[in-house]
Amino acid sequence: MPDSSFSQIVFGRLTLESFPIHEPILVVTFIVVALLGIALLGAITWFRWWGYLWHEWFTSVDHKRIGVMYMVLGIIMLLRGFADAIMMRLQQAIAFNGSEGYLPSHHFDQIFTAHGVIMIFFVAMPLVTGLMNFVVPLQIGARDVAFPFLNNFSFWMTTAGALLIMASLFIGEFAKTGWLAYPPLSGIDYSPDVGVDYWIWGLQIAGVGTTLSGINLIATIVKMRAPGMAMMKMPVFTWTALCTNVLIVAAFPVLTAVLVLLSLDRYLGMNFFTSGFGGNPMMYVNLIWIWGHPEVYILILPAFGIYSEITATFSGKRLFGYTSMVYATIVITILSYLVWLHHFFTMGSGASVNSFFGITTMIISIPTGAKLFNWLFTMYRGRIRFEEPMMWTVAFMLTFVIGGMTGVMLAVPPADFVLHNSLFLVAHFHNVIIGGVVFGMFAGISYWFPKAFGFRLDPFWGKVSFWFWVGGFYVAFMPLYLLGLMGVTRRLRQFDDPSLQIWFVIAGFGVFLIAIGIAAFLIQIYVSIRDRKKLADLTGDPWNGRTLEWATSSPPPAYNFAFTPVVRDNDAWWDMKQNGYKRPLEGFRPIVMPKNTGAGVILAGFSLVLGFALVWHIWWLAAASFVAVLITAIGHTFNYNRIADFPVAEIERTEAERTRILAGAGVAS
Amino acid sequence: MRGAAAQQVAEEPVFYLKDEHAHAEGGSTSLGFWIYLMSDCLIFAMLFAAYGVLGRNYAAGPSPQDLFDLPLVAVNTSMLLISSLTNGFAMLAMEKGQVKLTQIWLAITILFGIAFVSIELYEFSHMIAEGATPQRSAFLSSFFTLVGTHGLHVTFGMIWMATLIAQIARHGLIVANRRRMMCLSMFWHFLDIIWIGVFTFVYLMGMLR
Amino acid sequence: MSHADADHHAPSHHEGEGHPEGTLKGYVTGFVLAAILTIIPFWLVMGDVFDNKNVTALVIMAFAVVQIVVHMVFFLHMNPRSEGGWTLLALAFTIIILVITLAGSLWVMYHLNTNLMPAGHEMSQPF
Repeated sequence: MPDSSFSQIVFGRLTLESFPIHEPILVVTFIVVALLGIALLGAITWFRWWGYLWHEWFTSVDHKRIGVMYMVLGIIMLLRGFADAIMMRLQQAIAFNGSEGYLPSHHFDQIFTAHGVIMIFFVAMPLVTGLMNFVVPLQIGARDVAFPFLNNFSFWMTTAGALLIMASLFIGEFAKTGWLAYPPLSGIDYSPDVGVDYWIWGLQIAGVGTTLSGINLIATIVKMRAPGMAMMKMPVFTWTALCTNVLIVAAFPVLTAVLVLLSLDRYLGMNFFTSGFGGNPMMYVNLIWIWGHPEVYILILPAFGIYSEITATFSGKRLFGYTSMVYATIVITILSYLVWLHHFFTMGSGASVNSFFGITTMIISIPTGAKLFNWLFTMYRGRIRFEEPMMWTVAFMLTFVIGGMTGVMLAVPPADFVLHNSLFLVAHFHNVIIGGVVFGMFAGISYWFPKAFGFRLDPFWGKVSFWFWVGGFYVAFMPLYLLGLMGVTRRLRQFDDPSLQIWFVIAGFGVFLIAIGIAAFLIQIYVSIRDRKKLADLTGDPWNGRTLEWATSSPPPAYNFAFTPVVRDNDAWWDMKQNGYKRPLEGFRPIVMPKNTGAGVILAGFSLVLGFALVWHIWWLAAASFVAVLITAIGHTFNYNRIADFPVAEIERTEAERTRILAGAGVAS
Repeated sequence: MRGAAAQQVAEEPVFYLKDEHAHAEGGSTSLGFWIYLMSDCLIFAMLFAAYGVLGRNYAAGPSPQDLFDLPLVAVNTSMLLISSLTNGFAMLAMEKGQVKLTQIWLAITILFGIAFVSIELYEFSHMIAEGATPQRSAFLSSFFTLVGTHGLHVTFGMIWMATLIAQIARHGLIVANRRRMMCLSMFWHFLDIIWIGVFTFVYLMGMLR
Repeated sequence: MSHADADHHAPSHHEGEGHPEGTLKGYVTGFVLAAILTIIPFWLVMGDVFDNKNVTALVIMAFAVVQIVVHMVFFLHMNPRSEGGWTLLALAFTIIILVITLAGSLWVMYHLNTNLMPAGHEMSQPF
C-alpha cells in the first residue's frame, strides 16, 4: 500500500532509478530502438499512412488482415527473442577461465527469462494463431470467423501483452526467474521488484486474447463450414486447428488461474505458493504444467497440419491415411492432458506417480509416429516438387524424429533424474520446437504467402534462409546434447571447466548461422516485394493446390468467395478442378459483411495501461483504466449496427477484374 | 463411397450455392458462449484444485468448523437458487414478448444477486474481523479466492443484467437482445451450478472434517 | 436492404436449431427439485444424520452431482441435440479435463506430501 509520499501516490514504485540509464547495453539498445521507432513513425506520417493503417488494418475485422498482423507481430518479436539468444550464447562462449563474460548476472537472468517467454508467447503463439486465422476460414469456404470483432480484440490484447513485456526492457526490469517463474523464487520475498509483475500481467493480457481467439476459431470451424463439408471432409490443417483451439480453450484458463493465485501471493500476501503458512510451491509447478504441456501441443499440432497440406500438395497426391491422421490428432489432444508430471519427475511424487506419467508420455509417441509414416507414404511414389515449403517439411521430418526420440529418453523417469534441467533438456525442446514449430511456420509462410499477398516469395533467398536455418540449428544444438550428457545444467552464466568451452563456441557459431538464416528471410521478403511483378500469382493457385483456399484469387477479395462453395470431397478444390468446375461470372448477390471497429484497439490500450499501473503499483491509474475498460466494453455493446451489405456492383467489379487477370494469365475462367 | 460419387457425377455436379440466403448474424453466439463457459469452468476447476490440495493447511490457524456458519450459507444458497428461478421467469416473459415484465424479472434477479453478494461480504468481513484473513493460512487463501471469484462473477452478471435492462428499454426485445438474454441466463445458471460445487465441497464437506 | 433492420424483426423469429425454450412448468419443477436436493445435504451435515463422516461426504457429493444434472436439464435446457450435439460434446470434454486435472493434482500432491513430509504432519493425512 502506498505511504503518504506524494510521488509514490502518483507514480507508485516508478522512480527515476527505474530507468536503466547506468546499463550501457540497454542504453544503446534503447537508442537504436528509439531511432528506428522514430524513423518508422516519421515514415508513416510522411507518407500519410496513418489513416490507411487505422481504417484498413488496425480496426479491420477481416480475418485475413488480422492473420497478417499476427504474423508481423510474431516476426518482430522473433527478432527480439533471437537477440536474447545471441547474447546468451555469446556470454556462455566467453565466460570461461575466470572471465565473467560481458553480462552481469541480474541481466543474464532477465535475458534467458525473456527469451523463453517471448519465443513461446509472442513468437510461436502469434505465428500459429496468425496462420490459423488467415487459412481456416478460407479452407472451410467461410467469409470470416464466427466473431469478427472478437478476433480484432484478441489480436490487440496479444499485442498489448507483447508491448508490456517490451516495456520492461527500458522501464524497470524483467523477471529473473526462468520462463515459468517458479515460486518461491518468483514470490514477493525473493523477487520484490517489478520483473515478475511484468511477466504476470503481460501473460494475463495476452492470455485473454489467446483464449478468446480459441473460442472464436472453434465456433468458426464447427458452425461455418461450407455445405457438404462434413467433419471427416475437413482439410487436415483445419482439423489440427480445431484440436489446437480446443487445447487453447481448455488450457489457457489454467494459466489464467495460476497467474491469479501467484499475483494474490505477491500483491495481497496470500499463501498459496509460499513456504510458510501452509503454502506449497510445488502446487504451482503442478498447476502451471497442467497448462504448460498442452501448450506445446497447441504449438505443434497446427505445424503438423501445415506439413500435411504441403506434403499432399507437393507430392501431387491425396494425403495418405486421412482418417488415421485425424484420429492421431484427436488422441494427441486428449493425451496431452495426461503427461504434465514428466516436467517434474524429480519433484518426488514417488514411483507410482512417475511411472504412470512416464508411460503416458511414451504412448504419445505412437500417434505422432503414425503421422510421420502417413507423410512418408504420401510422398512414396509421389511426384515430389522440392520447392521451399516442401524443403522445410522434409527437414522437419528428419529433425523432429531426433527431437522426438530424445523426448522418449527423457520420458524414462530414472534417465530424467540424470538429465533434468540439463542442457540435454534444452537441446531436446529446441529440437522439437525449432525442428517442429519454427520449420512449420516457415513452411506455412512460404506456402500461403502468395495467397495473402498475390506474389510468391523469392525462391533463391528462401533456399539461403532454409540452409542456414537448418544447418545452424544442428550446429547450435547438437553440442548442447553432448554438454547435457556431460552434466552441464541450464541457465549458467559462467563455467569453471575449460574443456567445455569448445562446445559452447561451436553452439555460438550455430547461432551465428541461424542469424544469417533470419537475415536471409528478411532479405527474401524485401526482394520478393521488389520483384513482385515477376513473382506474381495471377491464378490464385500457384502450387496446384488441393484445398479451398486456392479456389479464390490471390489475395482473396474481402468476401473470400463470391458464391459459397459446395464441398464434395476432402480435397475440395482438386475435385473442382478435376470435374469441370467453371467459375461463375454472373448472378452475384449482396454479401453481408461485418463493419470495422476501433473498440478492440481502445480496449486493449486501456488494458495495457491497466497492466502497467498494476506492475508499478500506481493504484489510481489501475482503478481508472479498469473503469475505462469496463465502460468501453459496455459502451461497445450499445452498438447494434455492426454489419453492412457488400454491394453487388463492387462484387461484379472485383470478379470482372479477376476474369481479366485470369485471361491474361492464359487460364480459362 | 465411390459408387455414390459416380452416381452424382452422372448429373452436373454442384460446386457452389447459386441461391444463397445470408446467414443470420450471431448464429454461432450460443455455441461460442457455451465454450466460453466451459473455459470459465476450468478456471473454477483450478481454484477447486487449489482448495482441495491446500484446504487442510490451516497453519495452526482456524479451521472450517471454527469459521463456517451453515445456516447463513443455506440462506445464501437459497438467494442464488431463487434468482435462478426469477431469471427463468425473465426468459419466459421474453419469449412471450412482454418487455416490461422481462425487465421487472431481471431487476428482481438483480435484487436476489445483491442479497447473495451482501451476505457473502458479511460472512467475509465477519471472518476477517475474527482474524481469519486470506493471509492467515493456505486454507484461507484458497477459500477466499474460490468463493470470492464466484462472488465476482455474480457481480459482473448483475452489471450485465443492468446493462441489458437498459438495452431492452432502448431497442425492445429484438433478436440481438434476445440472444444476449439467452447468454446471460446461461451465465447465471452456470454460476448457480458452480455454487453447488462450492457449498458441497467447501462448506458442507469442510464441516465434516 | 440494410441488414441492421433485419435485427428488428418480430420476436416470434426463432434463431438457430439451438436452445429449446423453457416452460413455466420446467422452471418450477427444476426449482423444487433443486431446493430438495439442496436441503437434504444441508440437513445431513447439520443434523449429523450418519455416524460415519465418509458416508455423509459420499452422499452429499452424490446429491451435488444429481443437482448439477437437474440444473442443466431444467435451467440450461441441455439435451443431446442442441447445437447438433456440440454443446454436450464440449461439456463431456470439459468434464474429462476437469476430472483429470482435479484428480491428478490431488493424487500427485498427496504422494508428494506423503513422500516428503514427516509422518504425523497435518498435511500428510489421507484425503
